[in-house]
Amino acid sequence: MKALRAYLRSPAGIIGAVLLIAVIAAALSADALFPRDPLALAGRPLQWPGANPRLPLGTDNLGRDIAGFLFHGARVSLLIGLVASVVAVGIGVLVGAVAGFYGGWVDDLLMRITEAFQTVPNFILLLVLVAVFGSELSVITIAIGLVGWTAPCRLVRAEFLSLRNREFVLAARGLGMRDMPLILGEVLPNALPPVIVYASVVMAIAILLESALAFLGLSDPNIASWGNMIGAGRSVLRTEWYVSAIPGAAILVTVLAFSLVGQGLNDALNPRMQVL
Amino acid sequence: MMRLAALALRRLAQSLPVLAVILVGLFLLLQLAPGDTVDALMAQMGGGSAEDAARLREQYGLDAGVAVQLGRYLLRLASFDLGQSAIYGKPVASVIGERLAVTALFMSCALAFAFAAGLVLGVLAARRVNGWPDTLISTLGLVFYAIPSFWLGLMLIVLFSVKLAWLPPGGFETIGAGLTGLARVADIATHLVLPVVSLALIFLAIYLRLMRASMLEVMSLDFVRTARAKGLPEGKVLRRHVLRNALLPMVTFVGLQFSTMLGGSVVIESVFSLPGLGRLAFESVVQRDLNTLLGIVLVSALLVILVNFVVDLLYARLDPRIGA
Amino acid sequence: MSAPLLSLRGVSVRLPRGADREFALQDVDLDVAAGEILCVVGESGSGKSLTATAILGLLPAPRVTLAGGRILFEGEDLARLPPARLRAIRGARIGMIFQEPMTALNPVMPVGRQIAEVLEEHGGDLARVPALLAEVGIPDPPAAARAYPHELSGGQRQRAMIAMALAMEPRLLIADEPTTALDVTTQARILALIREIQARRGTGVLFITHDFGVVAEIADRVAVMQRGRIVETGPARQVLEAPSHPYTRALIAAVPPLAPPRRPATPPGPAVLEVEDLRKTYRSGGLFARRRSVEALKGVSFTLHRGETLGIVGESGSGKSTIARALVRLLPTDGGSIRLDGAELRATSRAAFRPMTRHIQMVFQDPFASLNPRRRAGDLIAQGPRIHGASRAEARARAVRMLELVGLDPSAADRFPHEFSGGQRQRIGLARALALEPAVLVADEPVSALDVSVQAQVLRLLAELKARLSLSLVFITHDLRVAAQVCDRILVMHRGEMVEQGETAILFAAPQHPYTQALLASVPGRTWTPTGPEALV
Repeated sequence: MKALRAYLRSPAGIIGAVLLIAVIAAALSADALFPRDPLALAGRPLQWPGANPRLPLGTDNLGRDIAGFLFHGARVSLLIGLVASVVAVGIGVLVGAVAGFYGGWVDDLLMRITEAFQTVPNFILLLVLVAVFGSELSVITIAIGLVGWTAPCRLVRAEFLSLRNREFVLAARGLGMRDMPLILGEVLPNALPPVIVYASVVMAIAILLESALAFLGLSDPNIASWGNMIGAGRSVLRTEWYVSAIPGAAILVTVLAFSLVGQGLNDALNPRMQVL
Repeated sequence: MMRLAALALRRLAQSLPVLAVILVGLFLLLQLAPGDTVDALMAQMGGGSAEDAARLREQYGLDAGVAVQLGRYLLRLASFDLGQSAIYGKPVASVIGERLAVTALFMSCALAFAFAAGLVLGVLAARRVNGWPDTLISTLGLVFYAIPSFWLGLMLIVLFSVKLAWLPPGGFETIGAGLTGLARVADIATHLVLPVVSLALIFLAIYLRLMRASMLEVMSLDFVRTARAKGLPEGKVLRRHVLRNALLPMVTFVGLQFSTMLGGSVVIESVFSLPGLGRLAFESVVQRDLNTLLGIVLVSALLVILVNFVVDLLYARLDPRIGA
Repeated sequence: MSAPLLSLRGVSVRLPRGADREFALQDVDLDVAAGEILCVVGESGSGKSLTATAILGLLPAPRVTLAGGRILFEGEDLARLPPARLRAIRGARIGMIFQEPMTALNPVMPVGRQIAEVLEEHGGDLARVPALLAEVGIPDPPAAARAYPHELSGGQRQRAMIAMALAMEPRLLIADEPTTALDVTTQARILALIREIQARRGTGVLFITHDFGVVAEIADRVAVMQRGRIVETGPARQVLEAPSHPYTRALIAAVPPLAPPRRPATPPGPAVLEVEDLRKTYRSGGLFARRRSVEALKGVSFTLHRGETLGIVGESGSGKSTIARALVRLLPTDGGSIRLDGAELRATSRAAFRPMTRHIQMVFQDPFASLNPRRRAGDLIAQGPRIHGASRAEARARAVRMLELVGLDPSAADRFPHEFSGGQRQRIGLARALALEPAVLVADEPVSALDVSVQAQVLRLLAELKARLSLSLVFITHDLRVAAQVCDRILVMHRGEMVEQGETAILFAAPQHPYTQALLASVPGRTWTPTGPEALV
C-alpha cells in the first residue's frame, strides 16, 4: 500500500502506467474491434490514413489494415515481452543467487559462463539461435529470454554478495538456519526490489529485440508483429512512408511505457538507485 | 607501470576461459541443432541416397564421437581456419576480413558520439538538477531510449535523404566516383552521419542517464565538501574533483555496452546497406550459411574482449586504487 | 578577554519539511577566541556537525538553509557575504578537518596535489607542501606527497587533512569529529598534534565531538548541545566537574569511568568455553588475481568460565571481531579447537554444528543492519526457537516473554525494525539471541553504535540479564571504559596475537605488556573521572 502511494507520487510512473494501460487495452480489445485476420487483405493497398473512413490508419503495401494490425501487434509485443522477461529474469535470479550466495569456485564458474554470454553480442547470438532452431513464435520468445539473462544475473549476484555478509543474514545463520530458508527467506526478499525495477527494462529490451528481428524478416511470419510491418514498408519508404512510421511509433510508445513504469517503480522501491 | 602491466596480463588470462566457454557452447549448440551440415548439403543438392549421406559424413568427420569432433573443431579454430563460406565460396576468414574495417570505423564513430554527447548532456543535467535543462535532457533521454534504432534510421532517411536530399540514404561511399584523399574521407563521413546517429541514440540515452546519476552521486561525497571548504570556486570543484570520479562508471559501461552496440550494428548496417560485419551476419542467416555466422560470432567476441581489455587498462589509468 | 575570533549570534538552520523537527539549530550563540579550543559536544542528531557546515556556508542547500542569525568572523558577517568573498576566507582564514579522512580526500588525486590546491587558490607558496607534511609528523614527506590517499594509513590521512587545513595558517580551525574514525592510539597522537599546533600558532579551534573523554583531553571551554540548542557553556573544568544543566549531568553520568569497580571475589565457575591455539588466515585472490594473505589470528587460547564476562579488547585489525565470528562459526578457521562444555565446535561438520548453535549465540554491533527489515520483531525473536523445533505457538509465547525480559512491551512483537530506535533494536537483537537460552553469549561491540546515554541503558540491561540467567559472556569492544565496567577478565589483542590477559582490576592497575600500557595511556580524558556515574554492574 505504501509502495503504491510512493509510486503514484512519481510523475514518470503515472504517465508510464497510463501509456501501459492504453497498450494493454489495445491488446485486449483487438479481437472485438478488429475481428478479421490482421494479416489478410483488407482493401486496396497503400491507402493513406484518413482517406477511407473504414480504414482509419490506411493500408500497407500488402493491403493490410494498419489500425487492426496495430491492435493485434500490441498483443504480440506484450506476450513476447512478458514471457521473454520471465525467462530472462528467472534464469538471472537463479544463477545470480547461487553465484552470489555461495561465492568461491561456484561463483567463478558461473561468472565465466555469464561473461561468455555477455561477450557474444546479444543480437548476433539471437541470429544464431534463430538460424539453428528456426523462427516460430515460441522459439523466438525463449531465444530472446536466453540472450537477456546476464544483466539481471549480475544485478542479483551483486545484491547477494553484499547481503550475504550483512549482519541480519549472519544472525539468522548463527541461529542455525539452513541454506535454503536463508536464501529464500532472508536474502532474496531484500534483493528483489532492484530486480523488479530492472524487469521492466528487460521487457522493453525484449520488445525492441523482437521488432528488430521481425523488421529483418527473421521473426515468425505468421504473426502480426509491428517490426514486420515496418520491414514491409521499406520498399515504399520514399512515397508512402507512413506504412513504416505508424507501427514504429507504436513500438516507441510501448517501450517508453515500460521505461517510465520502471522509473516509477524505482522511485517507489529504492529511492537511491538509478535505473539503467 | 608495473601495476598496469600486471593488470593487463591478468585480464588477458581471465578472458581465456570465457573464450573457451563460448567455443564449447557454440559447438554444443550445433550438435543440438536439428540436422547437420550433411543434411543441409543434401537438401541443397536436392536429396540423395543414404549411402551418399554416410560417405559425406565420413568425409566431413561427422561419424566421429562428439569429443573428437570438438577437439578437431578447436584445433581448426586455433589455426584461425573458420571454414568455407557457402555463399561467397571463399574462406570465411577472408570474407570477414573484407568487412571488418567498415564495422570498426562505424563502431568507433558511434561509440565516440554516444560517449561524448552523453557525457556533455549528463553534466549539463546534473549541474541544473531538477531545473528545466535537467527536465528537458532527462525527458529526451527517456524518449531516445525508447526509439527503435532501425525505425529511426528509416525516418531519418525519409527526412534527410528523400525530403531534404542533404545526405545519402545508404552505402559506405559513392561507388565509382574514384575519390581519393580528403574528398574520400568527406564522402565516407557524409555516408556515416545517419547510421551513426541511428545506432548511437539509445547508447547516448544510457550514457547521459549514467553520467547524470554518477555526477549527482559524486557531488554528494565528502571530498567534494572538502574541496569547497578549501575555497575552490565551483568550476574547479567540478573539473578537478567531480568529473574524473564521475567518469569511472562511464568508462566501465563502455566495456559492458560495446557488445550490445556491436549487435545493434546488424540492423543498422542492413538499413543503410553498409558492407560491414553486421550485414554479413544478416545475409548468412538468410542464406543459412552457418560457417560464416559462427565465424562472425567468434570475431565479434574477440573484438568485445579486445575493447574490454583496452577499457580495463584505461580504467586502471584513471583510478589508482585498481590493482594496487 | 579580547574580542572573540568567531561569534555566532542567534543562528538558526531550517530542516526540510518532514524532518523530525523544523529547526536543526535554534538560536545558537557561540564564541571562539584566538588561541582557545572550544568543544561543542552532543549526541547524534543534536546539530553539532551542522553548526560547523553552517559557519563555512556549506549547508546542503536548498534542502537545509540558514534561517537567521549572524556569523561574525573577524568583524565580517559570513552569513551575508557574497560567495566570492566567502570563498576567499574558506581554506585561507578558516581551515576545516572532517571525520572520515578516507572519504574526505579525493581518491584519484595525489595527496600533495590536494594540499597544493589550497596554496594555489589563496596565493600561497607551492614549494611548502613537503614542509607542511613534515610539520604534521608524516615521515618521508616527498613520498607522501606523491601518494594517493589509499596508500596512506588512516592516521597519516588525517595528518594530511590537517596539513591541508593549516596550509594557509588560518586564524580558525574547525574540526568535525576528527578522531572518531581512528583507533585510540592514533587518536591520542592526532589530539596531541592539534593541541601542539594550535598552541604554537595561537589558532582558535572549534572542535566538534560526541566523546566526553576527548573533551576532557583537549577543551579549554565546552558548549553542550541538545536538539539544536546550546544548553550549557563554560570553562572545561567547570562543565566537566560541576555541570549545571540536567542534560549535561545526565550525559556525564552515562560516561563509564575508566577505573574498574570493586568486584566481590568469587571463585571461578567451571570452564564452559575452551579455545585453544585458534588460527585464521584471510586469503584473497583466486586463480588469476594476485594472491594475498593476512594472518588474523596467530594461535589464540583462552578459557571462559561459567557466569563470567571475558572482555576481548584491541584496535581495528587486532583480530577481535574475527574471534567473535569464529566462535559462532560464521567464519571458517584454519586450526586449533573450540570446545563448548567439552564438545568440539570447530572441527565438526556444518550439519553437526547446526543443532549446537542454540548453546552459543551472538549479538551484533549495528542495530540497523542486524535485523531483517522485512520481519516483525516477534517473528525475528521466534525464528531461533522455530528452527530448533519449537511449535509456532511455543515460539511466539517465548518471543513475548523475551520482549518483556529485555524491557520492551509485548505489543512490540507486531512492529517492524524501522519503527524502533537504535537502543530498542539492540534489545530485540539481545532477545533474539537469548530466546535460545544459550550457555554462552558472544557480544561483538554491542554498544559501539549507540549514543552514550543509550549505551549506559543497554549495558545495565546486559549486566542484569547476566546475573539473572547466569550467562557466560564474551564481550568484544574497542572501548576500554566500557571494558573496565563490564568485564571480569580482559584479553588484549594486537595484530592477531594475544599480548596479555588478566583480571580487569589488575590489568588496569598494572599493565605488563608495552602495548597494553600504550593502549591505556591513550584513552582520552583518562585522568578525569565522570561525576555521579550510576553503577553498571
